[in-house]
Amino acid sequence: MASKRRGLPEINAGSMADIAFLLLIFFLVTTTMDQDTGIARKLPPMPEEELQEEDPQIHAKNIYTVLINSHNQLLVEGELMDISQLKDGAKKFINNNGIDPNSSENPEKAIISLQNDRGTEYMTYIRVQNELAAAYTDLRNNASLNEFGERYADLNKTQMKEIRKMYPQKISEAEPKNIGGDE
Amino acid sequence: MSKFRKDGKKGMPAISTASLPDIVFMLLFFFMVTTVMRETTLFVSVTTPKATEIKKLKKKSLVSYIYIGSPVRRMQSSYGTAARIQLNDAFASVDEIQEFIATEREARDEKEIPYMTTSIKADETVKMGIITDVKQELRKANALKINYSTRKGTY
Repeated sequence: MASKRRGLPEINAGSMADIAFLLLIFFLVTTTMDQDTGIARKLPPMPEEELQEEDPQIHAKNIYTVLINSHNQLLVEGELMDISQLKDGAKKFINNNGIDPNSSENPEKAIISLQNDRGTEYMTYIRVQNELAAAYTDLRNNASLNEFGERYADLNKTQMKEIRKMYPQKISEAEPKNIGGDE
Repeated sequence: MSKFRKDGKKGMPAISTASLPDIVFMLLFFFMVTTVMRETTLFVSVTTPKATEIKKLKKKSLVSYIYIGSPVRRMQSSYGTAARIQLNDAFASVDEIQEFIATEREARDEKEIPYMTTSIKADETVKMGIITDVKQELRKANALKINYSTRKGTY
């Protein structure tokens, strides 16, 4: 009776914080903050059957062949190579500029040909892709530091285009064969 | 000086916790907004390989995911341990990829189709054979923008 006369009593909001904490902890636990990251690549379109384009003539010296077998071993330009040396090897090849007559003429003509076996592990494939991408990133960074005094990632769009023209990332992937070992 | 001494004698006043719920609610809303609930249950176990030359995947609404890996333990009794492809919420065969891409495209605006990316989330132990088959199907479906999902790090 007494309380009625005084009007409705205030609702105790003391436990509000506890409820909010409970929810907060639930969302904290379920949240995945990780952003999806990955290596972006573009697949070549399917060749049209009727339109048999003539293969453009490419000098063998402008191609850097990288083969990966089913035992995850690398054969680069006919020689066995450890994956840790691939980046430097690719950089040397791309930036040859005709110094070595058996290597690329200039970075624009340099093509990296990658072929893997059906039994190659995905991890190795990604590592090779990563090393090759890293080689290009290094070269582009060097070029943009020389030209514009900034790293490639900090350039504006037209500058980026210019650098990309100097070092086009040409990685061609042949369809896999059973290069070595059966699995 | 005397002022301080007076306070000290009385003891510290209790800190008001009345604004605590407000602060907690603020945090709560932040996490509620930023949370992305996983929309598909994974039937395959995927540990993506590590790489350094990675790019962030932008515009998540335009990304379709293809998961490749060996089935998780509770599915192994019925599906074995060989690597399998998962599209949406079910195991799929390689032939179903074209259909999957077509349905993904239908759900998007026509203008956005060229910007659509397919993210391949494959386990690092998967063999390239299955990945190559997937890539061939994607080429046939003309879904040429792909992204090999990787973690940041080096071996």
